[in-house]
Amino acid sequence: MKKQEMEAQAAIKQHMGLKASARISNTVIYVILVLMSIIWLIPFICIVLQSFRTESTWSVGYILPKQWGFQNYVDLWNSNFKRWYLNTFIIALIVAAIQTIIVLCMSYTLSRFRFKLRKSLMKFMLILGMFPGMLTMIILYRVLKDLGLTESHAVPGLVLVYVASSGMGYYVSKGFFDTIPKSLDEAARVDGATRAQVLYKIILPLAKPIVIYTILTAFMAPWGDFVFAKYVSFEDPVGMNVAVGLWKWLTPDMINQRYTMFCAGGVIVAVPVAVLFMCLQKYYVEGVTGGAVKG
Amino acid sequence: MKRYTDMEYLRLSKGRKLLYKIAAFFCAIPRALKNGALGIVRAIVNFFKSIGLEFADIFNTFVNGDWKTKLSYLFMGFGNIARGQILRGLLFLLFEGVFIFYMIFAGAKWLSMLPSLGKVGPHEVYNAVLDTHTTEYGDNSFKILLYGVLTLFFIVAFLYTWRVNVRQNKIAEQILKSGKPLKSGKDDLRALVDDNFHKTLLALPMTGILIFTVMPIVFMILVAFTNYSGSNDGYFNALFTWVGLENFNTVLSWNGSGGVYSATFGEVLTWTLIWAFFATFTNYFLGMFVAMMINKKGICLKKVWRTILVLTIAIPQFISLLYVSKMFDKNGIVNGLLMDLGLISQNIDFWGSTAHDALLPRVMVIIINIWIGIPYLMLIATGILLNIPADLYESAKIDGASGWKQFSKITLPYMLFITGPYLLTSFTGNMNNFNVIYLLTGGNPINNAASSAAGSVGYTDLLITWLFKITTTTGTKYYMASVIGILVFIVVAIISLVVYNVLPSIKNEEDFQ
Repeated sequence: MKKQEMEAQAAIKQHMGLKASARISNTVIYVILVLMSIIWLIPFICIVLQSFRTESTWSVGYILPKQWGFQNYVDLWNSNFKRWYLNTFIIALIVAAIQTIIVLCMSYTLSRFRFKLRKSLMKFMLILGMFPGMLTMIILYRVLKDLGLTESHAVPGLVLVYVASSGMGYYVSKGFFDTIPKSLDEAARVDGATRAQVLYKIILPLAKPIVIYTILTAFMAPWGDFVFAKYVSFEDPVGMNVAVGLWKWLTPDMINQRYTMFCAGGVIVAVPVAVLFMCLQKYYVEGVTGGAVKG
Repeated sequence: MKRYTDMEYLRLSKGRKLLYKIAAFFCAIPRALKNGALGIVRAIVNFFKSIGLEFADIFNTFVNGDWKTKLSYLFMGFGNIARGQILRGLLFLLFEGVFIFYMIFAGAKWLSMLPSLGKVGPHEVYNAVLDTHTTEYGDNSFKILLYGVLTLFFIVAFLYTWRVNVRQNKIAEQILKSGKPLKSGKDDLRALVDDNFHKTLLALPMTGILIFTVMPIVFMILVAFTNYSGSNDGYFNALFTWVGLENFNTVLSWNGSGGVYSATFGEVLTWTLIWAFFATFTNYFLGMFVAMMINKKGICLKKVWRTILVLTIAIPQFISLLYVSKMFDKNGIVNGLLMDLGLISQNIDFWGSTAHDALLPRVMVIIINIWIGIPYLMLIATGILLNIPADLYESAKIDGASGWKQFSKITLPYMLFITGPYLLTSFTGNMNNFNVIYLLTGGNPINNAASSAAGSVGYTDLLITWLFKITTTTGTKYYMASVIGILVFIVVAIISLVVYNVLPSIKNEEDFQ
């Protein structure tokens, strides 16, 4: 009896010990997480605070503004920024629409149909993807220039460049289509549906998460694209997108007049995009994890 | 290397096991290379074999076919029309007409100029009316190369269509012989949304890829064999022409004037590989670690932590990267803070300005890349970690496995197995990670020793940013950019080939269906 009691007490003690060690490790984790959150948030907090700083326009070594005001946003409204913002917004909308259609066509086909050249097509695109995309820019720029789609008319040119090769990014949504059971298609085919009807009536309603993911990523990409936009717009004040425009404000000869305006511009660009992203975060996570797992 | 059987392997000590595994990995590389090379050779042999078969088939179809088939060899689609498939026949005929028309009025000219890339450059002409010399422009090498390539594409397309036309005649004959009716134009149209739906769906994306990716890549590969640059732009300044392998010689040879390039290339490539390695693996392990912390039982506010981290994905990279790069400026916020806290007495030059502090900027870009990259990895790892069967951990706990053991024996192998392909793509993606480098440092500090005739190179420049600089700064040696692009492709291809053949998790995609 006594022996059993002692054993029980030992077990309880061990249990308490485990609990205590779990509490310690949890505390450590909380500390790390809080520190990480601070590191992750600081730049964004700083950029918001700096955008309200009105005592000077250059980069300074302190965080809290000495004079608060909306002057930077007013200046922003009176600058070319409006134009860049509109450019980027138009590009993003059109790209989101067309790219989604192209990617879905591509991924659905490669996931569902078994035609002769399918494997070679996929290998071919894998190899194509190994070439640095920037290489194609030199010729695309010359061709677009001949068509008159560069500099101040860069918007349609950029849309063309973004959309045209978007078929290469089919991997994530193909992975998703692969998980929809094929028996669904077959059942519908037996009932007399054509392949097109199978796509519209059965697959698309099921594929809502991946459609949203594709629209979201397609919409967000033009906001951050820098290389092609810089190349095609040739830093023309009318044809630039926000990324190139704001980048230019931070070049050495402009930074002293435009630094706080850059911060304000950054806030104006980031807030809508980030809000949209946060609202649709669920779909993004699904897409990203699915894509990585299935390769 | 001596190979152990399973029993012998299990008896090894821990360190020896690890060594054995590492040795096995490296021993597998030559084999993987050999397999890859063999695969390429086999593919080439098969290609020629199948071309031989095609020719035999074309010949046999001609000999055995009726007069309709024979006439189709000259007039595409004749057989289709004669057998009642009007729509198909007309399309074939139209294509042939367009092709012949194009070749006579434009294609032939471009093709004939392709070997020389133009003969008459811009030249001065005496203008008697104005009594001055004016420049008259001659051929346009760029257009000749571009349209020459397009014409070649067109010819290939024509040959393919012609082959399809021949095959259709053969099939039609067979069908008629067996007494069945041929497909009508209506059937063909219906098939576009049914049996041939894949062709309909692929038409638009593939056209885009062909025109905006394949064609430019072919063009740029050809540029590597010319002297196309800002001064030899092919029209306004001077024509450009074929130079053979000279450019590759300049980049890759170690002696002579080319030595500068090869040293630069070697240096940039080394840093690119180092960067890709650290950028990939620091993110991978730290991201996994963060995901495990957030997912641990007993941690509250999981959603809050995740949302805070995900903010770096939500906000366009150019804003966060540009801003962070300014934060670490010599007069930036970080220096200001450290100064106020009394931790430093002199501003730290995080981005370096001379060759001698090149290490700090390199470390900084890797660290800031962690800041950018952890959230992605956290999302991915979270998804995978939740999928690991919980009973694995339960039984491990019952057996008394420590937390570290559980991680190294269950979590890590599981993650590595599933994310193997992802690791590879993120490695090659990091090799070409333009945004992080260009927006943070712009490639600086400048590496004077390595900078060459192709423009200045910095210590943090990757091959891709170097390529960008070559195409945008003075001199614009497009041919050099093209050579470097091809070399990047070769490096990426070799890495992918080796890793794919060594990876344990080359999965059968059909498994998921």
